[in-house]
This record gives sequence, C-alpha cells and structure tokens, in this order.
Amino acid sequence: MSLNELWDYMVLGVVLGCLYAVIAIGYTLVYGVLQLLNFAHSEVFMFGGFGGLIALTAWVPVASPSGLQSVVYVAVGILAGAGLGGAVAFGLEKVAYRPLRRHNAPRLVFLITAIGASFFLYNIAGKLFGRSSMSMPTMYENKTVVTIFGASLNVTQLLIVFSAVAMMVGLDYVVNRTKLGSGIRAVAQDPEVASLMGVNIDKVVSRTFVIGGLLGGAAGFLFGLNSKVVYTMGFLPGITAFAAAVLGGIGNVRGAMLGGMVLGMVETLTVFVWGDEWRYVAGFAVLVLVLMFRPTGLLGERLGRTA
Amino acid sequence: MSGAADLTKQTEDQTGEPTRTPMLELRDLRVFYGAIEALKGINVKVYEGEVVALLGANGAGKSTTLRTASGMLSPRDGQVLFHGERVDGIKSHDLVRFGIGHVPEGRRVFPRMTVRENLEMGAYRFKAPDPDDMDRVFTLFPRLGERRTQLGGTLSGGEQQMLAIGRALMGKPELLLLDEPSMGLAPLIVRQIFDILEEINKQGTTVLLVEQNASQALQLADRGYVLETGSVAMEDEASALLADPRVRAAYLGEGAA
Ligand SMILES: Nc1ncnc2c1ncn2[C@@H]1O[C@H](COP(=O)(O)OP(=O)(O)OP(=O)(O)O)[C@@H](O)[C@H]1O
Ligand SMILES: [Mg+2]
Repeated sequence: MSLNELWDYMVLGVVLGCLYAVIAIGYTLVYGVLQLLNFAHSEVFMFGGFGGLIALTAWVPVASPSGLQSVVYVAVGILAGAGLGGAVAFGLEKVAYRPLRRHNAPRLVFLITAIGASFFLYNIAGKLFGRSSMSMPTMYENKTVVTIFGASLNVTQLLIVFSAVAMMVGLDYVVNRTKLGSGIRAVAQDPEVASLMGVNIDKVVSRTFVIGGLLGGAAGFLFGLNSKVVYTMGFLPGITAFAAAVLGGIGNVRGAMLGGMVLGMVETLTVFVWGDEWRYVAGFAVLVLVLMFRPTGLLGERLGRTA
Repeated sequence: MSGAADLTKQTEDQTGEPTRTPMLELRDLRVFYGAIEALKGINVKVYEGEVVALLGANGAGKSTTLRTASGMLSPRDGQVLFHGERVDGIKSHDLVRFGIGHVPEGRRVFPRMTVRENLEMGAYRFKAPDPDDMDRVFTLFPRLGERRTQLGGTLSGGEQQMLAIGRALMGKPELLLLDEPSMGLAPLIVRQIFDILEEINKQGTTVLLVEQNASQALQLADRGYVLETGSVAMEDEASALLADPRVRAAYLGEGAA
C-alpha cells in the first residue's frame, strides 16, 4: 500500500464519484417533484449504456480513428446514451406514473410500480440486447494523459470527469437560473400553488424525468466506456447513486452531487484499504451512519436551494 | 365605505347592474369532496371594480368557493363564468392567463425561494417578469423591498402574507381572490394589509375577499355574501350587512341576535 497507489485509488474514486453524482441527480430531481423513489432510474442508466453502444457499433468503422474522429465518436456516444435514457425516462413517466397521478394513487402504489417498471425494463433489455457483456468499440487509444502525484489519468477517465462536471454545471444552471428550473423548484415546494402561478405540473414532471434520463443515460454510456455494457449493469450503480441522493439529502440537487462524490471516494478507498470484497459495504455503512445523525442527509431535503 | 371613488362606484353598481355582465359569476355552483357536498348550489356575482366580501363560519365553504373560481377544483354542477365566458373545467394553470390571481389560504409562499424568486414565480405566465410590477410591489410593501434576498420560509407571518399578495399581483390579475389575508396577524398589520388592498382596488383590481374578520372586510367591501354550510345565507350591500343584527351577532361577537 504505497502512497502512489493511494493516489491511484483517489483518482478512481473521483471518476466513480462523478458517475454516481450524475446518476443521483436523476433520483433527486424526480423525488423533488413527485416525492417518488424512482427505482427504475437504474434501468434508464442501463439503457443509456446500450444507446451509446448501439449507435457506435453501427457507426464506428475505423479501427484506429484520428483525433477528430475520436472526439466525434465520443460525442455521438454521449448523445445517443443521453437520448435513449431521456426517451426511456419520458416513456416511463407517461406509461407507468402519470396514470397513477391522475387517479391520486397512494405513495406505496408508486413505489411498487417503480419496482415493477424496473423489472420490466431490465428483462426487456436482456431480451432485446442479449445477456452477455459487450464492450464499446475502440474510439481512441486509452493512454495516460496526465499524472497527478504519481497517479495516472487515462483518456477515458478524463472524459468521464470532464463530461460529468459539464453536465453537473449545466444542470445546476438549469435548475437555478432558467424558467424550467423555477417551475421544477416551485412544483417541488408546493405543486398546488405552482399551478396557480401558471405552471403546468404535468409538463414540468415530464421534463424533469427527461432531464434525469438524459443525465442517467449519458452516465450509462460513460460507465460502459470504462467497463462493459450488459443488461444487469444498472443495479449496483443505481442503488449506490440512490444511496448517494439520500446521503446528500433527497430532493437536493447539490446534495446528490456531493453524495455521489463521497460514495465514489468511500467505495474505492474501501477497496484500497480492505480489499475488493468490501467494496459495497463501506458506502452503505456511511449512509446509515450519516442518516443516524442527520436524517435529512448532508445538505438537507431541499430542491435546488441557492445557498 | 371610504373615499369618493367608492361612492361613485356604488351608484354605478346600482344603476348599471341589471345590464352589466359580472366579471365573475358563480351560477348554481355545487362542489363535492368525494361524498361531502361543500357547496350546495351557490350564486355569487362580482362586478368590475368592486370589492366583494365572502363571510362565513369555519367550514362554510369559503375557501372551496375561491378554489373553484381559480380552477383548483371542478364543480360537479353549475357554472363559473368570467366576463360571461364559461371557465369551469379549465385547469388553474391555464386559468391564470384569464387574469385571475388567487392568494391561497395560509399564504403558501415558496419557502425555499427568495422574496424576489417568489415574486418572479407570480409572473411565471409571462415570458419575463415586468420590472414595473416588481417596483409596484416593493412600493406597496416596502418591507418586501428590504428583504429581496431573504428566503420566503424565513419571513414573518405578516411579511409572508404581503409576499403572497405581491406574488399574485405580479401576474397582473384583473380579479384578485384573497383567502383570509388577516389570519393570524397582529391588528396593526391587518390594518396595513387592508389599506393596501384598498389601494390595489383603487388601482383597478377587482377583489373577492374571504375573511373571518367581518368588520374589517365589510368596511372595505362594496357588497358581501354570508355562506352557511355551503349555501348563501345572506347577500347585501356591505353597509347593510355591517348593520344587520344577525351578522353582528355571528361575526362581530355581539350578544343579542
Ligand atoms: N380536501 C378536502 N377533502 C374533504 N373535505 C374537504 C376538503 N376541503 C374542505 N373540505 C370540507 O368542505 C367544507 C368546506 O371547506 P372550506 O375549506 O371551503 O371551508 P372554509 O369556509 O374555507 O372554512 P375556514 O374558515 O375554516 O377556512 C368543510 O366541511 C370541509 O371539511
Ligand atoms: Mg378557508
């Protein structure tokens, strides 16, 4: 356990944390507007992985593309992942949740529906895309780009960190500075009054799902880039990102980002210290501990607070 | 009754009433919560420029009336007409575009938005908030101007009520529905708020005011209705209601009926 190794793990933690953070935003946004724990979000993430994979396998013919080509491929992968993620999330809201809202179903029914939708999407993906792991086509040479304190960052890792940070900055802007963001925050705080102000709740809810889906889908592609794409890939990152959203304070966008970073870091450092078999233990232990002392999570249960 | 403006308005009401279309008319309105009939066929008219008070005991159906007028509830029977046009069944988020502003019971400001953001939400139906409206609100309520960046949830009750009214004004309403603006406020603040309501009315906004504070409300209002368990029990000029022994007994705490 050298110091260099520690830095290596820290880098891995940041990369993983970025992904968790982006996925966690989807949970927290939907919770904000509907008080719904959307367990199917992990499958939205998984579909994003396949979106990128399918677009790129159909489209990347060159074995060793030029620099510019690589950039275009990656961009297409992100867009395709985000696109399919957004589309699945949009459909999910329309088909699974909107009818429940129309009938004022109790919260438990929403929760059960979320779990059912998650199973459905998971199994349909296995059927559609096959049940074996697949790798993204090679779009660039994954060499080391920079070295920080002896820890090396390769192209994929840099890509993940950059895209995730860009998405988080963009999302924060949308939530805090745009009209759609005001609508989302108003619906989260008082839907009835929001509609008195002219906010169309159905529209805001639908768009909130789409935003969460775009981010989750893009994260799915980035995740697949770093490892593999398979129909089971949603479960563990999904549940960890969900924990991250709770850890940061469910409903709180910046909290979700913070929670994701914390859990990514805790997970890799656990592996560093105790070994891989402890990977998922420490993260949830942290979650339980934090909730024992701060039941509303690190930053509290509030959506898009500007503070 | 106070001021010349009110007097001219009143004569106008008396002479012009039969031919004028009310700004808001509730016609044989029946509203249910599940099996509970909260409004049992009420008729209410509000003419342009008026202040109309809606009085009644707890549970009489006052809030239900306002909620139906602003599209939060749909009547099972009867009609809501705005400028003679049927608007019942239109969702509240579409109805605001007709110029109906509703200040709900309990203020309901957005707790985790600043004063400014709350006011901007009031103008959500427009592309962008009108800075003149924002200035107008800050002129009417200087205390809000001093607290632009404070979160709504941290304001005092009186300030929240001011914010709720200001927020509704940002939507440029022709008709302002107010649900118990004096609830839980100190007499001095109530006085201020009623003065401001009078000012808002003079500036051209028609007001339908639900109140427990009958004497204040009737002093401000041109006409009034008294609701009792979902039906209109009395309907008259505000001054007449103010003098009515039944009203005085029930709502002004006077002994003999
Ligand atoms: N959401 C609801 N579900 C069921 N019944 C309701 C609901 N809201 C109101 N009611 C009932 O409808 C009736 C009228 O209620 P409403 O809120 O209109 O009264 P109110 O005159 O505004 O009373 P208050 O002065 O206490 O505010 C009451 O009997 C109340 O219990
Ligand atoms: Mg009421």
